[in-house]
Amino acid sequence: MAERIIARLDSVSLRFGDRLVLQNCSLPIVEGAITCIVGLSGAGKSTVLRLLDGLVRPQEGHVYVRDVDVCHTKERELNKIRRSISLSFQFAALLDSLTLEQNVSLPLVENTNMRRSEIRQKVSEALDAVGLTFANTNLPAELSGGMLKRAGFARAVVTQPDLILYDEPTTGLDPISVHLITKTIMRLRERSNGTAVVTSHDLPAIYMMADYMAMLFEGVIIAYGTTEEIRQSQNPIVQQFLAGDEVGPIPI
Amino acid sequence: MNPLERVGARTNAFFEYAGGLTQLLGSSIGFLFRARIRIGEAISQAYLLGYQSLPITLLTSLFTGMVIALESAVNAVQYGLGNIVGGAVAYTSARELGPMLTGIVVAGRAGSAIAAEIGSMVVTDQVEALRSMGIEPARYLVVPRLLALVVMLPLLTIFADVISIIGGAWVAKIFAHIGYSDFMQSARTTISMGDVEKGLIKTVVFAAIIALVGSFQGLRTRGGAAGVGKSTTGAVVVSMMLIFISNFALSVLLYGSSG
Ligand SMILES: Nc1ncnc2c1ncn2[C@@H]1O[C@H](COP(=O)(O)OP(=O)(O)OP(=O)(O)O)[C@@H](O)[C@H]1O
Ligand SMILES: [Mg+2]
Repeated sequence: MAERIIARLDSVSLRFGDRLVLQNCSLPIVEGAITCIVGLSGAGKSTVLRLLDGLVRPQEGHVYVRDVDVCHTKERELNKIRRSISLSFQFAALLDSLTLEQNVSLPLVENTNMRRSEIRQKVSEALDAVGLTFANTNLPAELSGGMLKRAGFARAVVTQPDLILYDEPTTGLDPISVHLITKTIMRLRERSNGTAVVTSHDLPAIYMMADYMAMLFEGVIIAYGTTEEIRQSQNPIVQQFLAGDEVGPIPI
Repeated sequence: MNPLERVGARTNAFFEYAGGLTQLLGSSIGFLFRARIRIGEAISQAYLLGYQSLPITLLTSLFTGMVIALESAVNAVQYGLGNIVGGAVAYTSARELGPMLTGIVVAGRAGSAIAAEIGSMVVTDQVEALRSMGIEPARYLVVPRLLALVVMLPLLTIFADVISIIGGAWVAKIFAHIGYSDFMQSARTTISMGDVEKGLIKTVVFAAIIALVGSFQGLRTRGGAAGVGKSTTGAVVVSMMLIFISNFALSVLLYGSSG
């Protein structure tokens, strides 16, 4: 089966001020597959997801989403593209003036002409999937970090977009929530041939769901391949990272 | 950096700021014209930013009206000109002090609130989350606040004008024994409806300044809680400066030839 590329980074270099965060990165995102990005804290994983959503623009290189160069697209055009992409934020980023239910329904209310009852139905499904039905009239300030995180996840999946970017969807959650979320990510791929890009530190979950893996190290993508290929990689940095060894080429 | 470079950088920053602000004005007006407005949010902002500014607006203009009356009444009566005191209070209130003081007070109260709220949304990624959903922050956040203030500031100013005249009349009576009816008679003959209207036109401009500068400062916030603090202060300082400048410009424009 010939794989199709739904999005890709093409020789992207990105600086924040004087700091070079990404350096000549190229990364394909295969349609209908789950691509996991791993790397140390601060390696630039979240930044890659932001690039794919057109939220930051690189100084060099291109980012393509379905053949559109999002680096050279006006914000107004980008908004149309973004409606078919979701980003589940690392720290949830729920609007704190809205209740949990209003937060999750926001993309449907703002971007579609769905009827109220239909929206309610979809929102309660999305909240169900992450085990959050009971708290939906609470404001974000009244919820725990893990609950916020799951709500942010629900907001990302409620629109059923064909490309979902998950920024550490399971970090800091209890084992049952981790299981629910991993299951949901996999189910969304099965059901609608949806594409997912996941950043994560949770290796068991990654091995369970990832079709492809990429490793970021010091702003460079040092390895990319199928999950099997990466697990058997001879690259000493990858080996050390996956094994969690103290000794090796990664400076601690 | 040598001094010349520094001047260059400052100039650059100034034009960047002005450009950004103009752009925000443009896109907000665009959304207003395409009627893409969140009416419910605009109403709740009108309550928060406008209605809740009423007490402090009334207080400020009450005492201002009183002090103008005090200064003018005592002197005027000495020269036998007691019958111009009402006019003096009404004239300065309607044309200058009512609009400007209301603008300044609301800039301090609402402008800072707008910058702080939007700024903290920026540093907690909420604004980025909006963008990621394809929701324009200008439409979602700025337009309701802009609309709310453009409607509420003129209303607040009407109240301010009225209360400062009432306060003035009271002080004129107490300190200079000018009767209420003389005071009002003088006020009525001195100012026309046109004066009040022109004052209100000013406040529409002030409202736009407060909402846009507050929002713009909020949206360009960087760097956590400290950044929010800076944006908030910046919003108040910049909008007050712009209010003073535009007040002068508008006075020239509106009253310049007719006097
Ligand atoms: N807005 C910003 N301004 C300046 N520097 C930034 C900004 N955002 C990210 N960075 C820098 O870019 C680098 C990569 O950040 P990023 O958030 O992508 O890391 P990450 O791999 O997601 O880390 P983590 O696993 O901790 O989430 C970091 O060193 C960070 O300091
Ligand atoms: Mg991150």
